[in-house]
Amino acid sequence: MNDADPITGAVILDAIASCGIEYIVSVPDITTSEGLLWPLVTDKRFRLVRVCKEDEGVSICAAMSLCDKRALLLIQYTGLLDSINALRSAGCEYKLPVCVMAGLLQKEPGVAPTKSKSFGIRIVEPILDAMSVPHDLLEQMSDVRFIRPAIDKAYADSYPTALLIGRQM
Amino acid sequence: MMRRDLCFQILARHVRDEIVVPVYQAAQEWHAIRPDYALTYYSIGAMGQASSIALGFALARPDKRVIVLDGDGSLLMNLGSLVTIASQKPANLLHFVCGNGMYEANGGHPIPGRDQLSFAALARAAGYVKADEISTLDAFEAKIGGLLKEPGPVLVDLKLVAGEPPPQDYIFIHGAAARASFRTALRQS
Repeated sequence: MNDADPITGAVILDAIASCGIEYIVSVPDITTSEGLLWPLVTDKRFRLVRVCKEDEGVSICAAMSLCDKRALLLIQYTGLLDSINALRSAGCEYKLPVCVMAGLLQKEPGVAPTKSKSFGIRIVEPILDAMSVPHDLLEQMSDVRFIRPAIDKAYADSYPTALLIGRQM
Repeated sequence: MMRRDLCFQILARHVRDEIVVPVYQAAQEWHAIRPDYALTYYSIGAMGQASSIALGFALARPDKRVIVLDGDGSLLMNLGSLVTIASQKPANLLHFVCGNGMYEANGGHPIPGRDQLSFAALARAAGYVKADEISTLDAFEAKIGGLLKEPGPVLVDLKLVAGEPPPQDYIFIHGAAARASFRTALRQS
């Protein structure tokens, strides 16, 4: 396996486990369903909390951070767009470390999100930039190196971060 | 119908070390009644999120009872949280809905369906262990002790009207100091 190979769910799960993430809060996304969500259902390193809507997850993760528990919100980018107000409030204004991992549904592999043919995908990073939320794109194996620094920084700075999954797993 | 501030005064006499999550006008009234209660997390930044914040606390701190002082308009913005909460079965979650039938903080407009809606029925259908309605102070006084010990999740729709207008202490309630104080108290509790 080399650095340019497509990133796998297994290496992502190992990386987020290494950060001390205990809870995964999720609404299913076809981008990450097979590679991440189904495997973590039986992964004893995590506790899965299935929510009805993504903004619930923002609040759950924020509250858990106040209890010194680490959590990750695993959703689709459309759910991230739907949760902007909750993220604005709990994450950005109240300065709580909400860590979001969002699948960029149908983004073209190898194409930057801002260059995608999909309007919804093109606006994700500019919106995060406007909120000063750092973001990393996870698309190939070498990108796994972004995960731990991003999550550790979110908790150190008490501010959200977004990890964007750029291809279906 | 109960006056909300009188209802909260009864609650204030019963809380010991529970986490309290009030919203909007309920937050202002609770703050006016118990400004010293450091285990209060004021949920006013994004309407509707109190029940989800409370679930986060309840899951992460199963040793602590969590009391939500939700609004009816607020809960309508996050009805799915009833299903999420019921599916997680947090035994330590007590969910009060301050049912005044209106968006009190936004001009007093009626909530949709206020004459036919039953939050208790919604909670039961979602899978809460128990759901009830209380509309008199005597009944609230009689039941609150038991409710604070009962395995949840439990939802109680409080039929009430606003109390005497409390001071609007937005600076404290929105401020970082309130959350820092909460976090410190939670770590020590």
